[in-house]
Amino acid sequence: MEAILDFIPLDISLVAQNFDRFLWGVWVTLNLTFLALLCGGVLAIPMAIARASRHPIFNPMVWTYTYVFRGTPLLVQTFLIYYGLGQFEAVRESWLWDPILSSAWWCAFIAFTLNTAAYTTELLRGAIIDTPKGEVEAAIATGHSYGSRMRRIILPSAFRRAIPAYSNEVIFMLHGSVVASTITLQDILGVGRWLNGRYYLAYEGFITAALLYFLIVLVITWVFRWLERRYLRHLADRRTDAPADATLEPTR
Amino acid sequence: MADHPALKVDDLHKSFGAHHVIKGVSMEAQKGDVIAILGASGSGKSTFLRCINLLETPNSGDVYLAGEKMRMKQNRHGETVPEDIRQVERMRSRLAMVFQGFNLWSHMTVLENVLEGPVFVQKTPKAEAREKAQALLAKVGLSDRADYYPAHLSGGQQQRVAIARALAMDPDVMLFDEPTSALDPELVGEVLSVMRDLADEGRTMLVVTHEMGFARDVSSKTVFLHQGEVCEEGAPSELFTNPETEQFRAFLSRMN
Repeated sequence: MEAILDFIPLDISLVAQNFDRFLWGVWVTLNLTFLALLCGGVLAIPMAIARASRHPIFNPMVWTYTYVFRGTPLLVQTFLIYYGLGQFEAVRESWLWDPILSSAWWCAFIAFTLNTAAYTTELLRGAIIDTPKGEVEAAIATGHSYGSRMRRIILPSAFRRAIPAYSNEVIFMLHGSVVASTITLQDILGVGRWLNGRYYLAYEGFITAALLYFLIVLVITWVFRWLERRYLRHLADRRTDAPADATLEPTR
Repeated sequence: MADHPALKVDDLHKSFGAHHVIKGVSMEAQKGDVIAILGASGSGKSTFLRCINLLETPNSGDVYLAGEKMRMKQNRHGETVPEDIRQVERMRSRLAMVFQGFNLWSHMTVLENVLEGPVFVQKTPKAEAREKAQALLAKVGLSDRADYYPAHLSGGQQQRVAIARALAMDPDVMLFDEPTSALDPELVGEVLSVMRDLADEGRTMLVVTHEMGFARDVSSKTVFLHQGEVCEEGAPSELFTNPETEQFRAFLSRMN
């Protein structure tokens, strides 16, 4: 074992000693990323509906919002919220300051949520607009109201179509979450930077961080593959779960 | 209610911009009538059908379902809009439509497609609706396809599912918008035979079609639309043997 380790120009024992820190970093990254994805996703649904509609007020309002948040880097947005807002006396004295805007975690969470909400809104809007017109007409002709056809037909169909593209958003958000390490949070990269700063060992910390991100992405990819199999069955070439005695007729 | 026709359309007009597509069409269907609506493409027959359940909003004219008038009003831009969208939705649920392109909900199985209207529009208890849906699928010969997704069925099968979905609503009037036009020729027969059965059962149907055989043999009344107007109408036995107008004669000779 010693002999093998000698060949690797990395001080693995150092990583091993601090592995609990890295695990804690994984927790910080995951909970920040997925809470932001959850809240951003929930915000995105009504905004996507507004963007897909021709509402004279809501549509341009949401358009402006998504344009601003997709048009500027996440790092800048985070800095503006974390460093920028604190400059205002009114903000420091408001109820929002303590415990929310004075905390790095909350600032990162707010920036990430607003950012992913903007991207998810546009992604969902595309999926909503792509709902086959005939299927919407069939829902109208059946007597569905606007709300119930949105809930029963359009959104279930749009969510399914958005799954493959949304996996990208999830991975981008995970990678984007490294921004948290620039505002004092000890996420995965934060721990890597800490290791570097403390021991002057760049490779050890950053390679460990890279590996951890890689593993998380691997899991995300698996989850999405499962989701696609489960929820996009209806678009598959043919049934894979057909009863054994069922003969498939040619599809057109 | 016996004194009211199942469906009455009175002087319907529809324009798309400057293009006047329907120029005052009236129609009346008694309970059990099968009205075949013929016409060349561009004659406005599909638009007319779509105006009945307000998939297109007519510019003027009235639609009555079993005597109940679909209430319309003018908005501040002078456009005709429904006065009460709830009433329109309720009337739509009594006017089932079968489309040229089937328009099944692709993310739902065959059974879920048939259950959707009864369960989520009419609020029928699920167990009851399921029993009825299965009976309807048996009726259109697709019991063994209940758990399939539409994309995994042939066009003829999809259209039969669409008919079962329409029947599940227990509609007062069924609207068929060129139900066999998107089908391969060898699949047309299975859909027409289901429609024949419905006619025999006494369903009230309005059928926009290019199937002359169906119009001649099944319909109780045939209407020929030409350039947005009723050009000729009457019993098919009369109409097909003695076409009165030049336009209908020309149409018939083109179709044969």
